[in-house]
Amino acid sequence: MDSKALIAQRVAQELVSGDLVNLGIGLPTLVTTYLPEGIRVFFQSENGLIGMQALSEKAAAFEDLTDAGGTPASFIPGAAAFDSVASFGFIRGGHLDVTVLGGLQVDEGGQLANWMVPGKMVPGMGGAMDLVTGAKKVIVAMTHTAKGAPKIIKKCNLPLTSVRRVDLIVTDLAVIEPTDDGLVLREVAPEMSIDDVTAATEAKLLIPDDVKQMPVWI
Amino acid sequence: MGGGSPHRLIDELVRQGKKDLTIIANDTARPGFGIGKLVDAGALKRLIASHIGLNPETQKRMIAEEIEVELVPQGTLAERIRAGGTGLGGVLTATGVGTVVADGKPTLELDGETYLVETPLKADFALIHALRADLFGNLQYQLTARNFNPSMALAATTVVAEAAEIVPVGMIPPDHVETVGVIVDHLISREA
Repeated sequence: MDSKALIAQRVAQELVSGDLVNLGIGLPTLVTTYLPEGIRVFFQSENGLIGMQALSEKAAAFEDLTDAGGTPASFIPGAAAFDSVASFGFIRGGHLDVTVLGGLQVDEGGQLANWMVPGKMVPGMGGAMDLVTGAKKVIVAMTHTAKGAPKIIKKCNLPLTSVRRVDLIVTDLAVIEPTDDGLVLREVAPEMSIDDVTAATEAKLLIPDDVKQMPVWI
Repeated sequence: MGGGSPHRLIDELVRQGKKDLTIIANDTARPGFGIGKLVDAGALKRLIASHIGLNPETQKRMIAEEIEVELVPQGTLAERIRAGGTGLGGVLTATGVGTVVADGKPTLELDGETYLVETPLKADFALIHALRADLFGNLQYQLTARNFNPSMALAATTVVAEAAEIVPVGMIPPDHVETVGVIVDHLISREA
């Protein structure tokens, strides 16, 4: 399984029926593909829809409907459309159960940087700052390293997305939970060892006795 | 990205060779599409937006200092426009506290929470895309092409709406009017 699929299927296991969920552009959108059987969640697209559905043979495109990245999309029966004021009201107002975002860096305090590399890449924050500030649960879904360099580091040196501590980090090597005491290693990917994970991580990881193997459902 | 833009109006701005515009929008779509056409034509002096990641031309012109770009979190952008259109003096939001977005902005402590004070946004013109308009200018939107349009229609001195369909007065039931016609100054159809 490729690393993105591994991450997406693990994130999908965090969702429970009835959740209102927002998925960031890129890797996080893959999560819809791996939703476990019987789990029904509502996907919010911050450009104004709850009940978003990816295009498929059964789900046709509609005029005036795209996902947040501008890709044509569809919706489930029972979907609801609204303007950007209402959409970010859901996000900041505590109505969003889970947001899944990509990351450039996460540090020992569980703080996320994911919206710019000064002088090199300045895409803008889009909805990310509101999502990390307002969602009940923030999951960062990202590759563990970038070109061999650790992305989980002591202190973010890229501009922060929010000062809020994220709730879970899911990578192709591990599942890590930021806590009051620091970053706790919860799971290690199949065929990886704890040493493999610590070697690819700059931040200090707390290693409990019961580190599990990352479950793979697909 | 690029959803809900009035493409015919944008094409006309490009045709007239407008320059030195300040654009307030969520994003600049992509090169050759939507607001991206205005970027390509060098029509922008200043941009207030939340995301330019899908338009490398905007990023290039920003780094070359041809366009002054203010990046605003998307929810804050929506509320600043809403405040501008509804007579509010500003917005208090926790979004951006402790980040570079907070630089130079006042903060306020209320009930133990810290908020940024964000200022209202207004414009001389709002160029609006709608699904349907009647001849009073009452507007209806569709799906994710609604986005910032209803708020922007309130936050500008002159409102120009471009509708996919223009219908006789009375065809849009009162409960389905989303932007009221009395604030819409000019109306054109999407197709020439």
